[in-house]
Amino acid sequence: MINWPNFVSQLFNGLVLGALLALISSGLTIIYGTLGVLNLAHGAMFMLGGYAGYVAYTYTDSFILAVIAGSLFVMVAGVVMERVIIRHFYSRSDEDQLLVTFGIGIVMVEVVRFFFGSLSMNVPPPAALSGITSLGFMFYPTYRLALVGIIAVALLALFLVLYRTRIGMIVRAGIEDSVMVDSLGINVYRVFMVVFGIGAMAAGFAGIVNAPVVSLTPDMGDSILVQTFVVVVIGGVGSFPGAIIGGLIAGEIISITSMINPGYSYVMLFAAMTLVLVLRPHGLLGSQSRA
Amino acid sequence: MANNNHDRGFRISRRKLLQASAGFAGGALLPAGLAMPAIAADKPAIGTWPAGSQGDTVYIGSASPRTGTYAVQGEDEIKGAELAVEHLNTAHDLVKKLSPKTKKGVLGKEVKLLVADSAAKPNQAVQAQQRFITENKIVLMTGSTSSAVAVALNKLAQREKVLYIAQISGSNDTTGKDCVRYGFRQCFYGEMAANAIGPVVVKAFGKNKKAAYLTPDYTYGHTTTASVENYLKSQGWTTVTNQVSPLGAPDYSSYLLNVANSGADVLINVNWGNDCVLSTKQAKQFGVLDKMKLVVPYQVPFLARETGGLMEDVYAATDYWWTLEDKFPLAKMFNESFEKKYGYKPEWGAENAYMGIVHWARMVEETGSFYPPDVIKTWEKGETIPSLVGDVHYRPEDHQCIRPVIIVKGKKKADMKNKEDWYDIVDIVPGDGVIQKPDAFGCKLGDYT
Repeated sequence: MINWPNFVSQLFNGLVLGALLALISSGLTIIYGTLGVLNLAHGAMFMLGGYAGYVAYTYTDSFILAVIAGSLFVMVAGVVMERVIIRHFYSRSDEDQLLVTFGIGIVMVEVVRFFFGSLSMNVPPPAALSGITSLGFMFYPTYRLALVGIIAVALLALFLVLYRTRIGMIVRAGIEDSVMVDSLGINVYRVFMVVFGIGAMAAGFAGIVNAPVVSLTPDMGDSILVQTFVVVVIGGVGSFPGAIIGGLIAGEIISITSMINPGYSYVMLFAAMTLVLVLRPHGLLGSQSRA
Repeated sequence: MANNNHDRGFRISRRKLLQASAGFAGGALLPAGLAMPAIAADKPAIGTWPAGSQGDTVYIGSASPRTGTYAVQGEDEIKGAELAVEHLNTAHDLVKKLSPKTKKGVLGKEVKLLVADSAAKPNQAVQAQQRFITENKIVLMTGSTSSAVAVALNKLAQREKVLYIAQISGSNDTTGKDCVRYGFRQCFYGEMAANAIGPVVVKAFGKNKKAAYLTPDYTYGHTTTASVENYLKSQGWTTVTNQVSPLGAPDYSSYLLNVANSGADVLINVNWGNDCVLSTKQAKQFGVLDKMKLVVPYQVPFLARETGGLMEDVYAATDYWWTLEDKFPLAKMFNESFEKKYGYKPEWGAENAYMGIVHWARMVEETGSFYPPDVIKTWEKGETIPSLVGDVHYRPEDHQCIRPVIIVKGKKKADMKNKEDWYDIVDIVPGDGVIQKPDAFGCKLGDYT
């Protein structure tokens, strides 16, 4: 399928896929960057956002309310998770942190399965954004086009919080050197809670805005989690701009490879990650302190 | 090295010791002068025999996916297996019709089902079954939904000498190049599906058409796509693209763009489980379903329900659809029983699981013993036996059940008589005409002992 119209289509599709991966990965990367906790429940939080939004949608029929509900629910879940469990693991080994977040992820998935079953659920896009749009060179689902805009706004909001507010400054300083931030008299643990909440909200928001594109199933976070890790590793662990660049690169790799040989699209993604690890072990935009 | 040798020596002597004591125990339990067929004393122990069937209870191990891409279909299998076990233990009328010698349980022993989640992963399924073999001395393994699992359990069955009846497994390899003496398959598969649905598709859409394929990247996908392609090529069809994707891909947009730009007339979606649901939904989002006709050669339980209307006018091949009850009284009995227990109409994952287990029970009853080589020999007689979709038989050469393939077509919403009335039955294609020659896919069954 290598021809110009298809190449342009795939290039564009890679951008859309990449934007979504960037959004999910940004939550993972700021949590890891600040807290040093690799949150293996991030995929489950993405799924939880979708289901919380689905519940809100079934009761209200409003997509906007679903997005708000999905994001807030996962944010609250994230804060509770941090206060009740994660904070006890800050001083524990990396293995313990991995295991506890992995376990929390399993619990979330199985609780959702208990209440909703494994049959997939649908959240339709808002009526104004359903259907297909002609871009001249191709037809593309209208909602996916809108998704790029929605995600751009969300990423901009995250950027403003991280780069234009006091708490953002502390978070970024924490990514560089959390011991120094602590010794400056700043309550690092309160910052940690806020960061965990923001990271969780990014996952929940991504989960519900992505819902009209996919089928909601309890396991949907698993494959996304793997891709998100690849994005974070490529972009640089703990780097917010790195997550965006990594997301876009991953999206393009999947799309462009699928045009040449679809069977290798995910293989190439991991090959790219390996290449980055060999040439730049801290990722494209990663900082030495965390990686 | 010395230790290894020692271990090996010990194992051999331990096995002999066990064999001897099993025979001794069997002999001691028998009242003097009473003759019984196929007792432990006259045959060496094999697999879990006789240990697994010496008590009042025998165990069946099931490894179906309860998580992952095939979770919905796995749960369906488990329900069918549960119902089969319940019917055997209560000597339900339906079981008596399918296995006339059944009194209660299997050879009078209560049957218990042990269930493990395979997540559709071969290693997880093998580990679970290995544990059931060691700890529970299961007399039968079942469960699949993923031919990768079925093939792995086939190999385990042959190695451990414990019978395995595959549940959903669409790969030609399961009773083809990866067939084993200890494995059997009740359901239809890629080659049968292709030869059954092919003529229907050609009749509906014409000759010399262009087809695009969505294929999951493992044994089921590759063999099924190859079978469908073979048939359609013989009718002048060409393949314009084959989009191979990993099991559980989170997004199909890039594959579907290739399909959209391929100029195909028909999209043949070989994806399965949630992969099929997601790729079909996204095909709709990308306008692919408005441009080309969709065909699902290996129907997915609950696909119509999960895609909510996208199966309208779509042709699919399947093992079972509940409206077959109009033609087959046993199907009606099964549907009623299933619906009473679970509250909805059964789909083919449940039907296949049920039928496989009951066919095994029938073979054991006919044999009068659980001794696996004898049960296999009874099965290999290839006698015509009843099933929910009429009379069937198993081929001795590859252990495949020769059974009809059901061709369905998605109903329009306005024509649905109730909320589960998703399909019309277009054709019931006899198995004999659509199956390959027994040796065509390289089946060599292996040893009995």
